[in-house]
Amino acid sequence: MAADKAEMDVLKKECDGLRTQIEAARKGVNDGNMSSAAGSATDVGRVQLKLRKSLKGHLAKIYSMHWASDSRSMVSASQDGKLLVWDTHTGNKLVAVPLKSAWVMSVAFAPSGNLVASGGLDNMCTVYNIKAASPKTLRELDAHTGYLSCCRFLSDTEIMTASGDTTCCLWDLETGKQKIIFTNHIGDCMSLALSPDENTFISGACDSLAKLWDLREGTCKQTFSGHTSDINAIQFFPNGNAFVTGSDDCSCKMYDLRSDQEVITYQDASLNAGVTSLTLSNSGRLIFAGYDDFNCHIWDSLKGEKVGVLSGHDNRVSCTGVPADGMGVCTGSWDSFLKLWN
Amino acid sequence: MSTTNNIAQARKLVEQLRIEAGIERIKVSKAAADLMSYCEQHARADPLLVGVPTSDNPFKDKKPCIIL
Repeated sequence: MAADKAEMDVLKKECDGLRTQIEAARKGVNDGNMSSAAGSATDVGRVQLKLRKSLKGHLAKIYSMHWASDSRSMVSASQDGKLLVWDTHTGNKLVAVPLKSAWVMSVAFAPSGNLVASGGLDNMCTVYNIKAASPKTLRELDAHTGYLSCCRFLSDTEIMTASGDTTCCLWDLETGKQKIIFTNHIGDCMSLALSPDENTFISGACDSLAKLWDLREGTCKQTFSGHTSDINAIQFFPNGNAFVTGSDDCSCKMYDLRSDQEVITYQDASLNAGVTSLTLSNSGRLIFAGYDDFNCHIWDSLKGEKVGVLSGHDNRVSCTGVPADGMGVCTGSWDSFLKLWN
Repeated sequence: MSTTNNIAQARKLVEQLRIEAGIERIKVSKAAADLMSYCEQHARADPLLVGVPTSDNPFKDKKPCIIL
């Protein structure tokens, strides 16, 4: 017992030492911040986007939405127990997928457009073929021991999931089995995002940390702190060198991977609502963040200033997304509507 | 034995921190400059920044003209 305690003390000391080393290394490169550097950037002015369409169809809270790679189709998930695939140009519903479990928290479109996936409190990720005559369940990925908070396809044969069981997982859709389990978070994983080159991914969790992972090795490469509450949303900056997080602490933050730290915080004294979701415009200059205050606020990612707001929902904005062609932004809400703005 | 678990966990944590401590870091000023440069280079191709012309707007409801 004494030997165990002695070893614990040695290990604890080593941990503390390494943490101090990391902080010192970060401080050592911290020679300025984003907003001061952005003094010379062109002003974006007031960003005033118009509501172009309100998509009606769901009968309960919308929890998640995801654009298809064609920038035209989009899938949404609601706790009315349905996934709806929309043609956003016409506003028409293309496909309705009835869910076995209504408690859905996340939905994703495969890059091919052939498959969609969803999951939630059933702890599973179910993959559907929506190109069949009627939506067909392709796979039920059942191994997480906590809710499914986020899923993202790599292709028609691989999908990533994030779970309330604190792990993320890479699945093989041909076998339906887990390929790699990513463990390191000590709180529910709430969100994940794939890097543009798909070699890495980032995750945000209720332990208030964001982590960068090697997708193929299964290892955690970097850990980012700063938030003081659950991270609910995470997205890469388009060049893959930085990412933005949104948290219950009412702020968003941008972290740079190469300097291994936070470079700017997006917060406002008047904004006392948690951030539920976020997405970036194609140049990375604008951040659209959905809040519990029923609005989607628009931030200048470089200067850290609020430059606009998308108002119109009658309840929490739960999801946002910009399609690949960058032509607009979609917001989804607990008010059961999806809105398209540009 | 919970102490063995704790030690195993502590060892894992040390290993993880060693990985994270060992990476190369660039200066924040360089990181910021690169982010700014990316935004500036891609600004003109960002429809949400420059605006979408009405005729090309895929989401706009196409209503027929009414002649009064």
